[in-house]
Amino acid sequence: MVELRLYMAQRATAAIMAPLVLLHLGVMIYAIQGGLSADEILARTRGSLFWGGTYGLFVIAVSVHAAIGLRNILREWFRLRGPVLSVLCWLCGAGLLVAGLRAVVAVVGTP
Amino acid sequence: MADSVEDSITVSVWRGGARGGDFQDFQVPQQPSQTILDVITWIQRHLDASLSYRFACRVGMCGSCAMMVNGIPRWTCRTHVNKVMVDNRLTIEPLRNLPVIKDLACDMGEFFEKWRQAEGHFQGSSSRDETVAAISPKSSQRQAANAAIECINCAICYASCDVVTWNRDYLGPAALNRAWSLQNDQRDCARDERLKVVASDAGCHQCHSQQGCSTYCPNELNPTASIAGLKRMSVHWFMDQKNRQRHG
Repeated sequence: MVELRLYMAQRATAAIMAPLVLLHLGVMIYAIQGGLSADEILARTRGSLFWGGTYGLFVIAVSVHAAIGLRNILREWFRLRGPVLSVLCWLCGAGLLVAGLRAVVAVVGTP
Repeated sequence: MADSVEDSITVSVWRGGARGGDFQDFQVPQQPSQTILDVITWIQRHLDASLSYRFACRVGMCGSCAMMVNGIPRWTCRTHVNKVMVDNRLTIEPLRNLPVIKDLACDMGEFFEKWRQAEGHFQGSSSRDETVAAISPKSSQRQAANAAIECINCAICYASCDVVTWNRDYLGPAALNRAWSLQNDQRDCARDERLKVVASDAGCHQCHSQQGCSTYCPNELNPTASIAGLKRMSVHWFMDQKNRQRHG
């Protein structure tokens, strides 16, 4: 039942990502209407629990979703199976999580 | 025979067996309302009696004569030459994703074995002494079963499926479509057992919804929709199992 669990995880993370992407795009389009510099954006996001939570949740969802998708590609195109496949999948997920959370900290963390 | 080269079709037919092979060209005269199966039969009867292929009913009922025609899986008895021929040329190969026995005849063993693995047979619980179950033709379950039921086992969907190519364990669209029709048969008593197989690692969750099966199904069935139904059904079943375990 591994595939069923992965299917559910991928659908659940897609359901999380979809509204967050719309929120991100909507805010981005709205915020830059009057012209906004990077410093001005960071001044609004730093220390914000809301934006930290939003982008943190997005990064977690992406890490799970993309790792499962990559697992399918590795299995089908490169015929990988067993522990090798699992390790590569976990490494991909962990890499995305670390890189994504670093970016979130850079946006919401106070210098 | 054809009066001129313009009246003939150049047909490249794959010849060989399990160890490999190559294409052999034949010139076949054009006829009105000619099907691909007519072309193959003409080659065997007039040019090379050793050509192997499979057919039975010739009217799109039995599902025996499917082959790759110009790279696309088709039922050859119902495919007219003038609708698929390009520059008076045809390329005919055995079905993709199945081992070749000889020339255009494939070994359908794994295709039917997967049908069996997916519990693709009806399992009733009533005896002949009991009354016939009353199933409303308007019920949503019956309509879902009806939509999937006219499969002729031609393996065209199996040949068109890239997931079958990539993952040899995958049950494939035909077996899963059959499972879906049985899962919607209210008289069937093996639905839990079937879902266990269907939701297994070789089952419906392998499908990427590329829809090759639905595109090429000669009976215009939609195995992709059946598989999507099985995905939803298996998730509900899984959650129910977990809830039951949690509440003893």
